[in-house]
Amino acid sequence: MAYEVVLVDTWVSMFGMRVRIALAEKGIKYEYKEEDLCNKSKLLLKINPIYKKIPVLIHNGKPVCESLIIVQYIDEVWNDRSPLMPSDPYPRACARFWADFVDKRVYDVAKKVWTTKGEEQEAAKKEFIETLQILERQLGDHPYFGGERFGFVDLSLITFYSWFYAYETFGNFSIEAECPKIIAWAKRCLQKDSVANTLPDQKKVYEYVVQMRKRFGVE
Amino acid sequence: MAEEVLVFGAWGSPFSRRVEMALKLKGIEYKYIEEDLTNKSPSLLKYNPVHKKIPVLVHNGMPVAESLVILEYIDETWKDHPILPKDPYERANARFWAKFIDEKCLSAIFKACWGEEYEHEKAEIEHEKAVKEVSELLQLLENELKEKRYFGGETVGLLDIAANTIGYWLGVFEEASGVELLTREKFPKLCNWANEFVCVTAIKENLPPRDKLIAYLRNRFGAGNASK
Repeated sequence: MAYEVVLVDTWVSMFGMRVRIALAEKGIKYEYKEEDLCNKSKLLLKINPIYKKIPVLIHNGKPVCESLIIVQYIDEVWNDRSPLMPSDPYPRACARFWADFVDKRVYDVAKKVWTTKGEEQEAAKKEFIETLQILERQLGDHPYFGGERFGFVDLSLITFYSWFYAYETFGNFSIEAECPKIIAWAKRCLQKDSVANTLPDQKKVYEYVVQMRKRFGVE
Repeated sequence: MAEEVLVFGAWGSPFSRRVEMALKLKGIEYKYIEEDLTNKSPSLLKYNPVHKKIPVLVHNGMPVAESLVILEYIDETWKDHPILPKDPYERANARFWAKFIDEKCLSAIFKACWGEEYEHEKAEIEHEKAVKEVSELLQLLENELKEKRYFGGETVGLLDIAANTIGYWLGVFEEASGVELLTREKFPKLCNWANEFVCVTAIKENLPPRDKLIAYLRNRFGAGNASK
């Protein structure tokens, strides 16, 4: 059967998970293709020649790249159910701003937490915690970043939760001790099927990171 | 309804000029506040406490930051002269290329023009690499333009505005540093587009003066890689 929607992704990618959550929220059936990033397929190089990265959504044969762009695309095409973005321009702008903040600030510094040692790692840990604390302040007393409902910003950040155990173990710190509200928010998000069924087990991600560290020669 | 639109910007910044271009295209009146980036105002720090950067658009007291986020906000708030297409795939495409320009092009262009300090023999090789990288990026944009008059089709759109760094600032960087990047032989479509782009009224009225920008760049970053 030819699927109208195909997702090219890798199980451990927090960016790919965003798309999977969006598809689940909308109840969209799709074909999933797992990529081996150490041995990229001809398909991936064809559908994302510019960045050669996952995730890529292929809809009716046409590829869409970059996770947050894909999520907005999904929201706009399947606009008859489970909106991921707010409806008014100002809250929409805020949602885009904070999702962009997650992209610009969380990924790189979190990566340094598990790929570096010594002073560099300490600096990365500090910056990572400060970044989460900024997000905590933004969350305030709301159940979600989207307010009363799970939305675009929640989706863009929650996928990092599956990597928290790995960050904590290699960084030797507790995220809950520093940012309890973020952990409480994450557990709230995990009560949603779309999130719980998408996020891989934290221990599995940790095992993957162990292998990556060996490959990068971090040990 | 009395509407107040403020734009916090810097005269030489392509990012804050983007916001002004979009507002001008839509005929929206606004008050412009020039920021001294070496001495940021309390207002800027209040409206953009997270990044402390320009541009910031403040609409009836509510701030929006990050130029591409601001452009989408402007398009959703003021419906005349839409700058994003209606079709979701075309919209995704415009967003993709705007992000590409911001994430890949500007830093590559800057590196080719002013680069880093290398020892003499290495400098030549590194400079050639940097120029080659810019060439590859520009080729991708040349291919994306295809036979269209503008990236947005028949009229200037979000991607054209986001590409202001290519349409105007690139030429200024070239002149200030002496490095040639956007040549007519290699990139005829992009050159044609740049010429058309800077002639559009809303764009033309929002370009910083060329000589002033060249002087500023040379003063700030030096004479440029071509002279090394």
